[in-house]
Amino acid sequence: MSPPSQATGSPYLHADAVSVSYGATRVLDRVSLTVARGELVALLGSSGCGKTTLLRAIAGFVTPTEGRIVVDGRDITRLPPEARGTAMMFQSYALWPHMNVAANIGYGLRMRGRPRDEIAKRVGEMLRLLQLDGYGERSIAALSGGQKQRVALGRALAVDPSVLLLDEPMSNLDYRVRLELRHELRALQQRVGITAVYVTHDREEALTLADRIAVIDAGRIAQLGTPDEVFHRPVSPFVAGFMGADNAIDVVHAGDGWSWPAGGAGTRARAHFRADRARLAPPGTDAGRGTLAIDGAVVQRVYLGTQYRYRVHAGADDFWVDDPERRDEGAAVRVLVPPDALLVFPAAA
Amino acid sequence: MTGSLAGVRWGDTLARVVVILLLAFAIFGPLANLVLWAFAERWYFPHKLPQEFGLTFWARVFAPRGSALASLWTSVGIACLTVLSTLAVAVPAGYALARLRLPARTLILLVFLLPQAVPNLPVYVNIARVFYEIRLNGTITGVVLVHAAHGLVLAVWIASAAFASVDASLEEAARNMGASAWRCWTTVTLPLALPGLIASAIFVFLESLDEFTGTYFVGVPDVTTLPLLMFNASMGGNYQIASITAILLLLPSIAFMLAVERFLKADVLAMIGR
Repeated sequence: MSPPSQATGSPYLHADAVSVSYGATRVLDRVSLTVARGELVALLGSSGCGKTTLLRAIAGFVTPTEGRIVVDGRDITRLPPEARGTAMMFQSYALWPHMNVAANIGYGLRMRGRPRDEIAKRVGEMLRLLQLDGYGERSIAALSGGQKQRVALGRALAVDPSVLLLDEPMSNLDYRVRLELRHELRALQQRVGITAVYVTHDREEALTLADRIAVIDAGRIAQLGTPDEVFHRPVSPFVAGFMGADNAIDVVHAGDGWSWPAGGAGTRARAHFRADRARLAPPGTDAGRGTLAIDGAVVQRVYLGTQYRYRVHAGADDFWVDDPERRDEGAAVRVLVPPDALLVFPAAA
Repeated sequence: MTGSLAGVRWGDTLARVVVILLLAFAIFGPLANLVLWAFAERWYFPHKLPQEFGLTFWARVFAPRGSALASLWTSVGIACLTVLSTLAVAVPAGYALARLRLPARTLILLVFLLPQAVPNLPVYVNIARVFYEIRLNGTITGVVLVHAAHGLVLAVWIASAAFASVDASLEEAARNMGASAWRCWTTVTLPLALPGLIASAIFVFLESLDEFTGTYFVGVPDVTTLPLLMFNASMGGNYQIASITAILLLLPSIAFMLAVERFLKADVLAMIGR
């Protein structure tokens, strides 16, 4: 496991070989994860992979069948949700419609028995922090999606939680609001210095927000590392595919590099590469040292705005390649993939 | 606009008006008769309308020692007790049915429906016999029990719908923010389900106020509710007293129906029977 990028001491949150089963279905299979104090770790995976279950296990809504969850040296595995000191931001925001904005934000402090004036002061701080000044008396129904999201964040932060848990908090927002809030959230998290676990299925969101990313597949962590590591050095074909390198082709190592088609002698492997790291050239173009050359034909063209994305059929495989030049469907092309764009994995047995 | 089109419109509007008037007559005709009878001093057969109007019978009904007022208070008292005892069962039962993953959920809801499906009369005759043996016949308790059994169906169904319409994540958020299970229930679940619960209480209240058959078998002769009084009055040919009691019964129904319409929101209605 790689060291956290913002390591400020021993792990603050430690999920130790946590398993969760619903009946006979094992949703999480001995997942181990450490989060340093002040670090933001993203749990990235497709729906049903178990990422939300891990979050809910940390929050106390599901009980692990095995394993331990430790926060700041305290074993919280069997504690009820209200005794954990974590704060969760729900996908639906889960704001209480019968309370106004201020009452929502102050609820956690009220449950902790804090005096009224202290609650009012803290709510005021939160409203300022989230640029919601003057919204305290508003009803929840009168807020926009982005404002609801801020209120939900304010409610979670108001109690000064040990760990902030975020369950796809951006998925109900418009794309542009999402982009804006993403940067705001990151800036805020770093300013407040809070430890956070962020569940998302959006790899761009994970890459821009997280200190480290845990890619989760079928109840296990497929890879845990910095965004850079996970993006550029995926450890498995699954991670490569999930991080956008979803072009896959069989290659063979012969002479000074990987070549296609994978006939003849040499080590066989499966190579992944991203659509935007390859380019198209006329058939017969000299590939150059180490560059993988694949001969095929354009079968589909998609306009992306700045360039075209072509579906190229070669041998038995189809893959996508971006190229600025307009080509017709059916045109013979040579796909060139530079050696540093190739992510090579051992061939499947 | 052309003349023929305008003609079509007029015909259309006229047809609508006629249908609405017919409907209004079907609904309000009997009610008008009721009102006429309530204020009639003298009304004999060949006459289309009462020969004399007055308030003599109202004075008699509202006389300090009149039986009508006494039975009105009996009715209201029984209805209140029925609401309390019904909610005591319906609130926990409704919450359990809405939240817990009970395997036989649908079956349980159907069991609550069962007393409605079986013909009332044989049930009440049997209840009366059992109550007679355990000396509950002719007591307020006995009548309240019969009304509660009747109102429970509606109450449990509406309460479970009211709780089901409270999103579970709202409760999770409360627990997550440090509320114990009980405080979560009192600060989030109950306030959000309250409109539905009030609606179910109103329904139970009205059902109890109107209930006749069960009260007749279990309560008579010691417990006289308003519907029983009305029955006795009209059987005795005293249409004025019967009409005035009927109007007394009608007023709370209309008031509460207007209230229910406010409390029963679409999201609660959508969850009924789920």
